[in-house]
Amino acid sequence: MEYFLLIIAAIFVNNIVLAQYLGNCPFLGCSRATGTAVGMGGAVIFVVTLATAITWLVQKRLLEPMGLEYLQTIAFILVIAALVQFVEMFLKKVLPPLYRALGIFLPLITTNCAVLGIAIICQRKEYGLLKSVVFAAASAAGFMLALVLMAAIRERLDTARVPRALRGMPIGLILAGLMSLAFFAFSGMIA
Amino acid sequence: MGATWKELTKGLWREIPPFRLVLGLCPTLAVTKTADNGLGMGLAVIFVLTLSNLAVSALRRLIPAKVRIACFIVIAATLVVGVELLMQAFAYPLYQRLGIFVPLIVVNCIILGRAEAFASRNPVHLSVADGLGMGLGFTLSLTLLGALREVLGYGTVFGLCLFGPGFKPFSFMIEAPGAFVCLGLVLAGMNALTNWQRKRQGLAAVEGPGHDCKSCGLCAADKK
Repeated sequence: MEYFLLIIAAIFVNNIVLAQYLGNCPFLGCSRATGTAVGMGGAVIFVVTLATAITWLVQKRLLEPMGLEYLQTIAFILVIAALVQFVEMFLKKVLPPLYRALGIFLPLITTNCAVLGIAIICQRKEYGLLKSVVFAAASAAGFMLALVLMAAIRERLDTARVPRALRGMPIGLILAGLMSLAFFAFSGMIA
Repeated sequence: MGATWKELTKGLWREIPPFRLVLGLCPTLAVTKTADNGLGMGLAVIFVLTLSNLAVSALRRLIPAKVRIACFIVIAATLVVGVELLMQAFAYPLYQRLGIFVPLIVVNCIILGRAEAFASRNPVHLSVADGLGMGLGFTLSLTLLGALREVLGYGTVFGLCLFGPGFKPFSFMIEAPGAFVCLGLVLAGMNALTNWQRKRQGLAAVEGPGHDCKSCGLCAADKK
């Protein structure tokens, strides 16, 4: 039950994009077509879950015993950058179909602030390993949900007549605001 | 001297981030609940951006092209650890208010974007001017946006009360939806201003700038 609430809270109540302001670059930049959005979302779920598990181990087994907590930021970003490279090479060799589906998105994920953000949130909230992994996967699923919804709305928006000053980014941000307002209704659902 | 001045001032209006050069949106949305949060975040970004441009530019002939992004990330991360330690020592309340967005300066596209697009191709003095100018522009934008949201959401600026006790705060502005809508409207206002200026000069209207992530590569997938 605890984990069920954690998952619902991470996807809907504290949606990583719409309530925590993380991962806005791909959210606004990679949301032109639903197909791209699904691929990007899948790659993010994959990397975020792995990265959170590994950074958790790095923090608890390496940094804390050696008293190097202040190196958290630099250690985490290096782990994430190396992991993304490694996952790309591994998938290319072992699972070519998955690589074809997610491959082009993988190198772009290092600078997605949701990955580093989720890893750091897990440390600050002092979650255990299993809880961190569940939280990370659920948060990334929330990212995918927001991204796919945004892409679906944008596909319809292409045929709409938008005032010139609002075209492109401004209307994207206002749309995100309205979506965020809709997700805001979930707040208070879980204490 | 003229060239340095030009690089310094372009970040203040012609390419002011994040309004004209749409980069680094996450901190822009997240920390602008109040003006002083925006200002604090901006100052941290000035520090990191100026020094990372300095380091990248000084090392630009030594960094191999293939691993340049990894090198830029290491430089930025080192500086961010420095900022974190400085803020913990001298501005702890601000450090706590900004929360995870202090370590997340590492992945702010503005740092990598300027390293890739400017500092890795230009001499040291121009790169420092570019970093300082862009950092100042970013600070200006964040403070402005923070002040706007603080006035409407709390009725204060930098903690100073502006209106009498009868003021009903427009709390939408300080929540997440307000952040998105407010930034969207400010960007729309910038686009309208640009087109008004172009019309007066007799030029055709243009669309506003898109999400400028050429340098971080995130949007490359969309273009394929």
